[in-house]
Amino acid sequence: MNIIGDIFLVIGALFIAVGGLGLLRMPDVYNRIHAGTKAVTLGSLSVLLGIALLHPTWWPKLLVIAGFLLFTNPVAASIIARAAKISGIKPWRTEEQGGE
Amino acid sequence: MTISTLEFIAIALLLVGMGFSAIRLFLGPTTPDRVVAADTLSVITTAGLAGMAAYFNNPIYLDIALVYGTLAFVGTVAIARAIEGNQK
Amino acid sequence: MDHPQTTRTVSGAHYAFVFSISLLLWVLLSGSLAWEEVALGAFVSLMITLLFGPRFTIYNGIKFSFMAPLYVLLYLVHFFRELIKANFELAMRVLTPSLPIRPEMVEIKTTLESPLGRMLLANSITLTPGTLSVDVTGDTILVHWVYCPPGTDAKMATDAIAASFERHIKRFLV
Repeated sequence: MNIIGDIFLVIGALFIAVGGLGLLRMPDVYNRIHAGTKAVTLGSLSVLLGIALLHPTWWPKLLVIAGFLLFTNPVAASIIARAAKISGIKPWRTEEQGGE
Repeated sequence: MTISTLEFIAIALLLVGMGFSAIRLFLGPTTPDRVVAADTLSVITTAGLAGMAAYFNNPIYLDIALVYGTLAFVGTVAIARAIEGNQK
Repeated sequence: MDHPQTTRTVSGAHYAFVFSISLLLWVLLSGSLAWEEVALGAFVSLMITLLFGPRFTIYNGIKFSFMAPLYVLLYLVHFFRELIKANFELAMRVLTPSLPIRPEMVEIKTTLESPLGRMLLANSITLTPGTLSVDVTGDTILVHWVYCPPGTDAKMATDAIAASFERHIKRFLV
């Protein structure tokens, strides 16, 4: 059981690291939101699942945290994207699409 | 409080993710970029707090993670609304 | 802004739903099933239901039926499969040195009518492969798509992004 929990911890941390890398590499704010939301959400869920396997008695509270993350992360992402759009940031485009 | 090799790798990767987000927080050319980085950082911190609960074997950190996540979400929404309002 | 759902009166099933959600959250947070704990939780949940029940109009879109829990479960299974797929796709894009993206803003139409249904659809779109919902105005959702195939119109975008989720959500929400 411990080893499976540890594996989930590592997978989750790996996705979080990939999300951070995406945040750094993507060309504009909308694409950064993609990286910063999807990867980090699944990464956190996987970390929480790993902890639930390491400490089985904690699952109710971990479930609340997981549900909360699953519900609020996309809302936060959408609201930042909306703020970026209203403040006039144009989406980045490839050269073929007529961007820079 | 001993940790296995896999757990050590997980902590290192978590710190790498936090480092990348922090770099974006400092570099971010526009304000929404910084808000995205801060939001990502806070979600990683929530997962990290749950990890601390496991490390110290003390479930009180789970409550801290929950409250921290709530406050971070409210803060993100407030900042995003403030950015919107400025441009009118 | 018109919210036809918010003016509708609430039913008995609505009150029961608010009460059970509050009690479930209480039990999960307290983490114990001792009778004193549950009794106190039931009291607080009852107070919340009586005081704020009529104002929780966000739940109005729910279609109460015996099959609803099964449909929610089916939706969750579909959602998690898409979430995992989305993450592998995103990891592939981020880790490819040439960064293969072709971003585009597309508008899609939804046939869901309740605020809760639209919010759930927008949330699902945000967490699924390569799409991010930016704005919801009426029945139109503005979506940022990381890799939009050339020559896509609104109909194709709706089919590709929202159709499968809409089918699942429609079974338990208006």
